[in-house]
Amino acid sequence: MSGVRSTEARSSPRLHIDWTACDGRGLCTELLERRLTRDPWGYPLAVGGSSRNDLVLSEEELPAARDAVALCPRLALSIVTR
Amino acid sequence: MTLTAPTATRNRGRAPQGLPRLFTPGTADFGAHRAAFGELPHATGLIDEVAAAGLTGRGGAGFPTARKLAAMGTHGIAIANASEGEPLSTKDAALLTYAPHLVLDGLELVGRAVHAKQLVVVVKAAHEDVVRRAVGDRPGGSRIVVRVTEDRYVSGEASAVARVASTGIAKPVDRTVRLTSREFRRPPTLVQNAETLAHIALIGRFGATWFRSLGTTSDPGTRLLTVSGDVGAPGPIEMAGGATVAQILDAADTDPAGIRAVLVGGYHGTWVGPRDFARPLVPRQDGSGIPAGAGSIYALGAGSCGIALTAGIARYLADQSAGQCGPCLNGLPALASALERLRAGNRDPALAGRIQGLAGLVIGRGSCHHPDGTAHMVGSAMDVFAVDVSAHLQGYCTEVHR
Repeated sequence: MSGVRSTEARSSPRLHIDWTACDGRGLCTELLERRLTRDPWGYPLAVGGSSRNDLVLSEEELPAARDAVALCPRLALSIVTR
Repeated sequence: MTLTAPTATRNRGRAPQGLPRLFTPGTADFGAHRAAFGELPHATGLIDEVAAAGLTGRGGAGFPTARKLAAMGTHGIAIANASEGEPLSTKDAALLTYAPHLVLDGLELVGRAVHAKQLVVVVKAAHEDVVRRAVGDRPGGSRIVVRVTEDRYVSGEASAVARVASTGIAKPVDRTVRLTSREFRRPPTLVQNAETLAHIALIGRFGATWFRSLGTTSDPGTRLLTVSGDVGAPGPIEMAGGATVAQILDAADTDPAGIRAVLVGGYHGTWVGPRDFARPLVPRQDGSGIPAGAGSIYALGAGSCGIALTAGIARYLADQSAGQCGPCLNGLPALASALERLRAGNRDPALAGRIQGLAGLVIGRGSCHHPDGTAHMVGSAMDVFAVDVSAHLQGYCTEVHR
């Protein structure tokens, strides 16, 4: 299903959500409020965009995303560039 | 002094002509198996041959097998996945019972092709004995490890299979790199469905041209299907690739005219109505046919309510969640509850929208595709059973609930 990603998406940094670790504390949705909202159970929900597991980040969003990675109490976030 | 047997006396076996392929000779006896199919061939050039054959994975995703093999790192683990968590599928069980050595041949071959350091077969408890016996009958079989997995829907997912092979825990794992790549504390891991390996065992012996002599360009070779529901002859059946739903029903001794809808590809599959019965099964969703998934075909007879059945399947899938990911853990039970209210004839006009909304909400938000597959199946049911949906929303049902 996922397999092939466009080369553009592959090279740009993405915020990866480990759903097995996330328990919906919501810190990331405050830091990245324009990209992430919360679903009815409090879990992060991507606003628009294609991939919901790996949010493609813009340059401007990178600092907030790094904060989210560092501050997530469940260590559920990472930035992947592969 | 021992002399190597001259190659002329080496039994090269005989390529099965027509159908069936995988179940000739249909035996768990190692001697009879090798007498019919011949010795294990060399693994040199295997990946190219599998690529030329156009073989796609038979576990559900339909990914081109040669690409997965080519991506696999060396000194890793090659796993035969016979965990078959799909309740509508018994084809892998049939393979383990009637052709276990074909699966094990395939595992040994890919193991050599990717220079694996370990070979593992992952099975349900019910098949542990037959596989251990088969492994024990093979020369060098002691190199193959048999692991028993939990009989749970998501246990068959590739990362869950890789995990159970090393830790005994049969739950999906979050991944940022492919299983076939080496990762910190995890060797490269190749997970291949049992049927895929059985096909490889024959492609390695008889070649890509032979493989393609049955099936279509978009779905070459043969496919094991499991037919169930309101059919005359339920059970596993091997058919040429590219068969249409109507042809499959016919092969299962069933008149398509008496069938309302068919669930193709199992509980994560696609509901199709009679206007799609003339379409072929294809390996992956590309618009040219119906994705075959793991090859299960469930036929719903005329007079039965599709909403009632879909609600039952959705509840089962919600109960089968590994419970690791929030959107799945919360979303699937909510989805099942909404479908149960629809089934009961709840006249809430917002109900259909709520079902579509919940299905859309869980897609792409899990470490495996359990939520995606469930949402896809429910979405197709809402289309195919649109008439039932509107009847239910008016508080009645014209069909029988079972």
